[in-house]
Amino acid sequence: MSKRTALVVLSALVVCIAVTALWVVWINGRGEAPVRPRPASMPGADAALIARGAYLARAGNCIGCHTARGGAPYAGGRPIETPFGDIYASNLTPDVGAGLGAWSADEFWRALHHGRARDGRLLYPAFPYPNYTRIDRADADALFAYLQSLPAVAQANRPHALGFPFGTQAALAVWRALYFRPSSHTDDPARSPAWNRGAYLVEGLGHCNACHSARNALGATAGPLDLQGGLIPVQNWYAPSLAAPHEAGVADWPAAEVVRLLKTGISSRGFVMGPMSEVVGSATQHLHDADLAAITDYLQALPPSPATRPPVDAVAARSERGAALYRDHCADCHGDRGQGVPDAYPALDGSRTVTMASTTNLVRIVLEGGFPPSTAGNPRPFGMPPFATVLSDADLAELLSHLRGAWGHRAAAVSALAVARARSGSGR
Amino acid sequence: MKAASRRLGRILAGTLLVVAAAAGAAPFSDSMAQRVLACTGCHGPQGRAAADGYYPRLAGKPAGYLFNQLLNFRDGRRPYRLMSELLAPLDDAYLKAIAEHFAGLELPYPAPAGAALPDDRLRTAVRLVRRGDPARSLPACASCHGEAMTGIAPFVPGLLGLPPDYLNAQLGAWRAGKRQAQAPDCMAAIARALAPDEIAALSSWLAAQPVPQPARAAAAFATPPPIPCGGVAESAAPPAATGR
Repeated sequence: MSKRTALVVLSALVVCIAVTALWVVWINGRGEAPVRPRPASMPGADAALIARGAYLARAGNCIGCHTARGGAPYAGGRPIETPFGDIYASNLTPDVGAGLGAWSADEFWRALHHGRARDGRLLYPAFPYPNYTRIDRADADALFAYLQSLPAVAQANRPHALGFPFGTQAALAVWRALYFRPSSHTDDPARSPAWNRGAYLVEGLGHCNACHSARNALGATAGPLDLQGGLIPVQNWYAPSLAAPHEAGVADWPAAEVVRLLKTGISSRGFVMGPMSEVVGSATQHLHDADLAAITDYLQALPPSPATRPPVDAVAARSERGAALYRDHCADCHGDRGQGVPDAYPALDGSRTVTMASTTNLVRIVLEGGFPPSTAGNPRPFGMPPFATVLSDADLAELLSHLRGAWGHRAAAVSALAVARARSGSGR
Repeated sequence: MKAASRRLGRILAGTLLVVAAAAGAAPFSDSMAQRVLACTGCHGPQGRAAADGYYPRLAGKPAGYLFNQLLNFRDGRRPYRLMSELLAPLDDAYLKAIAEHFAGLELPYPAPAGAALPDDRLRTAVRLVRRGDPARSLPACASCHGEAMTGIAPFVPGLLGLPPDYLNAQLGAWRAGKRQAQAPDCMAAIARALAPDEIAALSSWLAAQPVPQPARAAAAFATPPPIPCGGVAESAAPPAATGR
């Protein structure tokens, strides 16, 4: 290669990089209206607006991430664990130094809609602004009014613990150029008002797909409309597909049971456990019946996908040992035929948690036990004991494989290795 | 005819009883005992040793103490993942009901399993339990845990009827900051002031004491507690952070 060709190639490369960089910068700031700073004196918002904001904050479960375990509400500090490192949720109380005390309504709107902080920094999408971008301005203002009405807590934000290059603004700008566009919710006139309200809540404020969607190697989902299920990174719970009939689709449920599940944590078709227990306990149980019905409308109308269950190569074999383990450890509560006890213990016969392709939740629930949430509609839920200290990996695999072949179930066996992995992955 | 059918009824009822007994299953009841099978599975009726450590007895401990421990696990002051995750979805009102359920159970204690102590260790333990060490501002154990060491209602637990390994582990965890209580954390200060051999002596002595029957906690402090304890003073009000 002559010197001249090398120079040409090099120049072309430099131009390419420069153009890409300019595109990344441009796309990250595109469509942002100038923000007005906070006025020197901000009049207090009226009580109705604050109450509406409080309701919306519930719907978005803001408190869930923005409160450390045992910490002051909304003062931040909870680590959001990601494969790229820990992101610490920020202080949303109106403390001037540590929280949102110096923010204006415009700046708050820009954070939700464009994912940009008051000082201009780009925000990490662990704060689900790919969903919140669909929240409308009036709701954003109500949320802001509510957060500004909270008692100020002077708890400084903890710096994120992200590995290089994920901790840099440049990496974040590239991520956003690839995966984030500000957008908004527009009603579909072909659908009912309830469906549209459901879409607004599920795709936006509720950020359901932050869990119920698979993430790629860079942590991006296929977008707020994708509810096809995914493993929650690091937490290692599988958030089942809300569209697939063999996972957590609710198209064939009585609508009232979907509402009951979201309102109380239990239903005749299944109970919530794990992270969804937190969601029902601190968010959905507080929603108005009309909003729960709207969410139900939307979820029941999701196109079933994939409509048919993936074929199973070999259905798990029932076994004497598995049946004996079931009799000794499970049948007292779940019944000798897996029929459960209404409102206390879920039926295992026909349970999708038992038969789902992903056995992550099934293994974890048996290892760690758990409760559905205490809610106004079910204040004293019945609990499941942890069996981590009782059953060996081999016994647990035997038991679960038996259940996955029993009562007409047609799911694959669970290996002792899968149980061992779950045990070590959850720190025991 | 009537007599025959009555006899048949009795036989049938008897058969049903036998069948139920053979199955060994307590029938479902809409009760707290049924709800907290998630707890007794590990803790057993009187505490239970397992491969990964000792699950202490819950029955008969003071309700306020149990409630505080449930809050401490749920809110991260006592780090044990299995407990924290289990309690995460439960609100304060339910945790209080669970604490009251276990506090209300009266079950006998097993005979102490401790071995005899050498004289010097025995003297150390009795001195700390009865008099403390004023030179190090160490109050007597009995000044808070009760003259009979069976606790003071509703917040201070009794220290008898627990295995020495469990007591050692708790005092060690307090020394190392792995177990915490509401501030001011009096037991952390006490555990840090104790020497390791004193902890060992105390644990062995406590575990060797017979438990009075019934092992009820004293109703109230006879004299005010010698040092301030967050778990005793303020724990009646649940922390604002996590109530919903």
